[in-house]
Amino acid sequence: MKCQKCEKPATFHITELTGGKPVELHLCEEHAREYLTQSGSEQASASSMAAALAHQLAQQMAVGQTAEELAQLDQQACPVCGITFHDFRSQGRLGCPHDYVAFEAQLGPLLLNIHGESEHVGKIPKRCPQGSERRTQVIRLRREMSEAVAEERYERAKELRDEIQRIENSGAA
Amino acid sequence: MGTVELDDLARQRGEWLRGNGPEADIVISSRIRLARNLADFPFISRATEQDRARIEKALREAVLETDGVPKMLYLDVEQLGTVDRQFLVERHLISREHAESQGARAVAIDPDETLSVMINEEDHVRIQVMQSGFDLPSAWERINRVDDLIESQVTFAFHPRLGYLTACPTNVGTGMRVSVMLHLPALVLTRQIDKVFRSLQKISLAVRGLYGEGSQAMGDFYQISNQVTLGKSEEKLIKDVVDIVPQIIKYERTAREFLVKESQENLHDRVSRAYGILRTAQTISSEETMHLLSSVRMGVNLGLIEDLQIPTINELFIHTQPAHLQKISGVELDTADRNIERARYLRRQLNKEAGGPASKN
Repeated sequence: MKCQKCEKPATFHITELTGGKPVELHLCEEHAREYLTQSGSEQASASSMAAALAHQLAQQMAVGQTAEELAQLDQQACPVCGITFHDFRSQGRLGCPHDYVAFEAQLGPLLLNIHGESEHVGKIPKRCPQGSERRTQVIRLRREMSEAVAEERYERAKELRDEIQRIENSGAA
Repeated sequence: MGTVELDDLARQRGEWLRGNGPEADIVISSRIRLARNLADFPFISRATEQDRARIEKALREAVLETDGVPKMLYLDVEQLGTVDRQFLVERHLISREHAESQGARAVAIDPDETLSVMINEEDHVRIQVMQSGFDLPSAWERINRVDDLIESQVTFAFHPRLGYLTACPTNVGTGMRVSVMLHLPALVLTRQIDKVFRSLQKISLAVRGLYGEGSQAMGDFYQISNQVTLGKSEEKLIKDVVDIVPQIIKYERTAREFLVKESQENLHDRVSRAYGILRTAQTISSEETMHLLSSVRMGVNLGLIEDLQIPTINELFIHTQPAHLQKISGVELDTADRNIERARYLRRQLNKEAGGPASKN
């Protein structure tokens, strides 16, 4: 979904409930910040959950960090899927399950803001209850394998293929 | 092949429109969806075409070869035409995002349309169970079983501390969205609906329109759902919604009683005029139809209209949507022609139901 005010992807979904009917806003980070800061008393009283959330994230990103530090943070990349934190911030979508580990320091406060909690309570899958992290590494191995093939390093590609198959065949391990 | 099966769907009434579940005069449907991802593939935004194809294949096999799930209709959404995709959105079987995105993606639908499994939506799998009336516990029982069956064949991304891992951090943990669709015309008429919304926000519940995120509250339909997914069990998330809905139902009933007592003539007039327009109009927009059907629906519930059944009205809300009209009439129509066809369809259905004088139009 695109931002209602520009061509960037909308990463903030705000429900305004101040008027007669709820109004949904879909905005990119820049326009969300603009919308939330210029809105004054009328919007502040909205106490919209989503608006508050977007506001918190905007603050969380801005507080106590210099532009340089922010830029550095943005460059951090996930070793498994390769997305940077900046990619996540601009799209609002993560690239692979390992991002939750790779960006743990940044995502922690965000999850707390969104959910008010930081630990899962509830259903646990019967398969891989201790985490499926090992299988997620297959994403990285596949990437490395296609790179190896492209560079004609076939010995390495074969090793990687065997490694992938070992993990894939390990089933519920 | 998909199109023929879709034409059959167009003629049938989804289970959730039956209108006979608990509190069905106000609660249209109860819905639960679970978001899941395969552990060994990137999330959709980073998936290559090859990844998407492999995810689709793995999940197709898991869903279709699962014992205990009735024979599902499996549709390749990428291959469907625009009208067919819109038709599935109108029936709440796929999301708008799923209809409008690109690349390998699919949906599996069970014969009575209570269960749908979207593959390659925002997450690799989105399982949805939707039933008529106010009945979240049985929806949970059903979806939990389906989730178990799919999970017995694939490995979902799961983190011991964070739970089920999803493409958007707003869904992490249980990956569960619980929602109840309510028809609240009297709260709208008496201008109390804002007050209800404000109290819901305070307890972290979200309010959306008929077609979910980004849709307006057409026909006075509102969906109430949980906002958070992490740190509360599935049972607790369901309980939060289950506990609040009876209060909203009570407010709506009080508002209806107030209208009956304080302005019976006005109310009866409003309902009758709405019914009259729907039975006689020659061209009518989708918005006006929703608006008038809402009044008629309340009129039937209050006994002001006696020759019409709730399931018929529920069905008209969906069948008069743009893609449904085109599926039912069998031709593609532009907006002006749709408005004419919609009016014709309404006259035919309502005059047939009422057993009134056959329309000559």
